[in-house]
Amino acid sequence: MHEVDMTKCLVLSMNEWRQQHEPSLPVVSQVHLQVGDFTCVEPEQLVHTWRIAIQNSWLAGAELKIEQIPLVARCVCCNSTYSPSADQAYQSPCCSHPMEDIVSGRELRIRSVDYSLNPELAPLSA
Amino acid sequence: MHMPLEDTLGLNLLAANQHQAEHNREHFDAWDLLCLNVMSSPGAGKTSLLERSLAALATDHSMAVLEGDMTTQLDADRLEAVGVPVVPITTGRACHLDASMVSGGVKLLRQRLDPAALDLLWVENVGNLVCPAEFEVGEHRKVALLSVTEGDDKPLKYPVMFREADCVLITKTDLLPYLPVDIERIEAHIHQVNPRCTVLRVSATSGEGLDEWHRWVHQQLADQRQSRAAAPALVTV
Repeated sequence: MHEVDMTKCLVLSMNEWRQQHEPSLPVVSQVHLQVGDFTCVEPEQLVHTWRIAIQNSWLAGAELKIEQIPLVARCVCCNSTYSPSADQAYQSPCCSHPMEDIVSGRELRIRSVDYSLNPELAPLSA
Repeated sequence: MHMPLEDTLGLNLLAANQHQAEHNREHFDAWDLLCLNVMSSPGAGKTSLLERSLAALATDHSMAVLEGDMTTQLDADRLEAVGVPVVPITTGRACHLDASMVSGGVKLLRQRLDPAALDLLWVENVGNLVCPAEFEVGEHRKVALLSVTEGDDKPLKYPVMFREADCVLITKTDLLPYLPVDIERIEAHIHQVNPRCTVLRVSATSGEGLDEWHRWVHQQLADQRQSRAAAPALVTV
């Protein structure tokens, strides 16, 4: 359910991004996200809600591409990195230490936008 | 002519919510209050705990509550009965509070009182162990509740919530004699995903652990005010 609200945040950020290009109207082909595995996001749900949210908007047709970032933690005992899992109670396999420092996996990031500027299109009105 | 271009943003996906949350926190800092975001699954005992804590802390602290609920005002009515101002925020279909909803609640609160007179602003989030974990509302501390009836595996199944919490309260400990549950195991699993958080055992029914929990709240308020005194807020309200 919360993917709907995440999509709203994403669309708001994209609207702000579009304003930076005024008076041109950018035509967005792809929006690239990085989503960590240690987040509450279901990527397929996010793509689904994105498709619905952008219908009949200036973003219509833009694809949402999600790069999933694996959960990686650093063991504070021996400094090695590992991939925590619920099955292993997130502890480090080397020292059985709890998950202290997360190196990656908490990303919720708009990485980049692929777009083109079509000078034939009329500028947006306010 | 179309020119293929790429713009690297590196923006937080939830930037819109984050900006509003930071704006809320600036207000809370200017009012010199501590905002606590209380989260848990439905039925873990958030409202029962707040009933006890509001009554106990009211002698020394001025408080208000923003009460998130999907459809009803039942919890808000219970807390209002304690004698503390409560603003209900009915979220409708949304399964969590976001920063703009809390901002709206604060506006309603300001019609009733001057927030600068408050010590503590409690935000009771919608009962849910998933969604509220990702949406900041401007709080200074996150408090997660886990009742002993929910089982010891929940910190591993819903790790983000427990990872994000500053304090985890294991609630309903008065039921332990009647349940095949190992509270040491619950605590161990919480610390597996978040070794730095404070974990306390409490019961709103028997009163076990409440004094320690209230000392924790008092300490957070003192710490927050001390850090503000060291670095005064630059915002004007």
